[in-house]
Amino acid sequence: MKLDAKVPGGPLAEKWDKHRFELKLVNPANKKKYEIIVVGTGLAGGSASASLAELGYNVKTFCIQDSPRRAHSIAAQGGINAAKNYTNDGDSVWRLFYDTVKGGDFRSREANVYRLAQLSVNIIDQCVAQGVPFARDYGGLLANRSFGGAQVSRTFYARGQTGQQLLLGAYSAMMRQVANGKVKMFPRREMLDLVMVDGRARGIVVRNLITGEIECHAAHAVVLATGGYGNAFFLSTNAMGSNVTAAWRAHKKGALFANPSFTQIHPTCIPVHGDYQSKLTLMSESLRNDGRVWVPKNKGDKRSPENIPESERYYYLEERYPSFGNLVPRDVASRNAKNVCDMGMGVGDTGLAVYLDFADAIKRDGRESIHKKYGNLFQMYERIVGQNPYDTPIMIYPAIHYAMGGLWVDYNLMSTIPGLFVLGEANFSDHGANRLGASALMQGLNDGYFVIPYTVGGYLAGMPLGEVKDSHPAFKDAVQEVTAQVTKLLSIKGKRTVDNFHRELGRILWEYCGMSRNEAGLLKAKQMIPELRQQFWENVTVTGSPGEFNQTLERAGRVADFLEFGELMLIDALNRKESCGCHYNEAYKTEDHEAKRDDENHCYVAAWEFQGVGKEPVLHKEPLEFENVHLATRSYK
Amino acid sequence: MSKTINLTLKVWRQPGSEAKGAFETYGAKDISTDMSFLEMLDVVNERLSVEGKDPIAFDHDCREGICGMCGSVVNGVPHGPQKATTLCQLHMRHFADGDTLVIEPWRSRAFKVIKDLAVDRSAFDQLIQTGGYISANTGAVPEANAILISQETAELAMDAAACIGCGACVAACPNASAMLFVGAKVSQLALLPQGRPEAAKRVQAMVRKMDELGFGACSNEAECEAVCPKEISITNIARLNRELIKAAFGSPF
Repeated sequence: MKLDAKVPGGPLAEKWDKHRFELKLVNPANKKKYEIIVVGTGLAGGSASASLAELGYNVKTFCIQDSPRRAHSIAAQGGINAAKNYTNDGDSVWRLFYDTVKGGDFRSREANVYRLAQLSVNIIDQCVAQGVPFARDYGGLLANRSFGGAQVSRTFYARGQTGQQLLLGAYSAMMRQVANGKVKMFPRREMLDLVMVDGRARGIVVRNLITGEIECHAAHAVVLATGGYGNAFFLSTNAMGSNVTAAWRAHKKGALFANPSFTQIHPTCIPVHGDYQSKLTLMSESLRNDGRVWVPKNKGDKRSPENIPESERYYYLEERYPSFGNLVPRDVASRNAKNVCDMGMGVGDTGLAVYLDFADAIKRDGRESIHKKYGNLFQMYERIVGQNPYDTPIMIYPAIHYAMGGLWVDYNLMSTIPGLFVLGEANFSDHGANRLGASALMQGLNDGYFVIPYTVGGYLAGMPLGEVKDSHPAFKDAVQEVTAQVTKLLSIKGKRTVDNFHRELGRILWEYCGMSRNEAGLLKAKQMIPELRQQFWENVTVTGSPGEFNQTLERAGRVADFLEFGELMLIDALNRKESCGCHYNEAYKTEDHEAKRDDENHCYVAAWEFQGVGKEPVLHKEPLEFENVHLATRSYK
Repeated sequence: MSKTINLTLKVWRQPGSEAKGAFETYGAKDISTDMSFLEMLDVVNERLSVEGKDPIAFDHDCREGICGMCGSVVNGVPHGPQKATTLCQLHMRHFADGDTLVIEPWRSRAFKVIKDLAVDRSAFDQLIQTGGYISANTGAVPEANAILISQETAELAMDAAACIGCGACVAACPNASAMLFVGAKVSQLALLPQGRPEAAKRVQAMVRKMDELGFGACSNEAECEAVCPKEISITNIARLNRELIKAAFGSPF
């Protein structure tokens, strides 16, 4: 299989315009003859459903939650980037493009990233028109702030709830189309298989999570917007329900999975506090704009932070990276936190935490001003930890946050399965080996509002598709397979709970495929995961029956997929014999311990083809060419 | 500092929406006070699973207080005793050793129980479908700064927009009214210039739909505001009523 990214020719800035012109159009009267399935209702799925329905397509949208408004995009706090240059500080489409390619450590596709930067300005216009209450200046104009790793103020925000407001905007646009009869909404449904007819994606099989019924849905194209796989690690900032199942089952049907080892570790999360912990809570990294990160200089210093004098504090980011200071990109901030904790300077009960201190900011700007910017975040911290950040520094530690890897897609966001499109976090395309802050919201909405409406049309207009009904034999096979798995899970009646297996998988991945990796550890984990998977299928306990609301059964299916997917993460990490962005292999580093890329041998997207559970997947490489941004070593010193 | 406590739980168990429910009693031993309420339920469920018993069904997702999926009535109060806090953000340090906790689902005609503590809140989606949006197709919009909005207005709109759609307001209301939920959405969109063209139509349609779905009327009990995890103010209900009167008189503003 040769991967063809279908990047249009011509100068970078003109590619998208040219491509839009070249894409065939579906006659307006014919759009209503097409059914499109959208799985997932976050920023990407919600905006895609609304936009496709507005064009006249019949859209069927599915989500696992009780309402499409719950999708985990809702939890994004900090903001959304756009190259509006409202602050007159030198921003431009080109600079946003450049920052994103460089921030991704040169492992993303130039043409996709440029389009993302280009369309970013339209996203803000769209959201404002929907009634998203972005922060404003006194004169009534939109406000901006600078955000994680950027030297310009290009981030738009709605308090600390930007993701919520953008998602509710997309959700309300979609609800309008539900009322219009153009979107049919199926909540509490979980996609368990992709159905292919004549080599094309033509439908899905879902489980109705209330009744347990297995349902078939046919369509002319399938759009996956099912988010990232961070929960493979069990503890992450993802919602409890976030999972890899839809993407993984599409992968098993032939969609290549790209760069699965690229997982972002967010530097500012509330540290782990006990074995019973179910998730990790992220504190927006906008906090790093005013907070100063430090640890005590003396190892094991157990004094309370206010009793540690200035001279005995190590402001390690400011000292190590004088020009970016506390605002270095996420991967750099995370690795440095791990590094100082590994050196014994960590704080808190576990020693796995660093301070983020607002004392100086409060002295400089006043308590009121800090409250206005971060009040809701401080309140959230106080709820969870029981300490007041106005008086005592926040404790933070890195946690798994975002998946840069995902299903491989071409410039049209189509996977290697014709008719299967993948949007948002579920695809691999725009963030390379590390995503910059406030870029995920931008990508999700960009894909849904402004890319997929054109490219789906191009696909449908490009070829005649025969009629496929949900009574087609391909659906029957898929239903049989899915039902067999459900029956099997319920029949094992073992001794270990689903969560117990999930926690162990998470510990293995965090230990050996987390912030820092080495060959021996990865190889060890590659032995452990198949063993764990075998134990799971012999000894898991899943209570209840298939024909009911059964949350244990739901989780069991997801963990079964994580147990297969985890192995692919390791294989990908082992293959990439370099360090880049969030993939930090201890064997490949510069003299001052920064990630050292190997552009000679690894400047490619690693896309994996499934060969069977426990079998080595086949690697396909998409070479990355940088014609517009000069390949350079990232430096934030 | 973290310590452990022992609790007695009386939990509403109901196998399905048509089935009869009843309270069951469970001991929750050695619960760390650093746990969240839902982590406490996880621990109880893990123990039930190991014994081969059916774990307690409850809805939850983000566990950081923003998705709005979790929520149960704890000792008579939706989302439990801590003000301005969703159930997932409530921590066990607010309970004492030996406490008995009565845990029930949201109860209202419009929210049917699915199983145990999980309820069907699709009525909220139906309310939004009747007008909780601005009709702005993708692409057909002016430049973002073309319409100025004062900071004060934007902040008021944001106060209303902070609603997470959890349904605690309905659960707390003696009439099971959805006025706070609808008032918040009507307010957000009525305050913003972009939402004005459809303001009259929106408020009338949403209020009509609310009645149709079986939500009760508002009798100014203010219980909704008291339990709202996002502290949505009942001034939003007043604004809804003003909008409704304006709409009845056919005034464009």
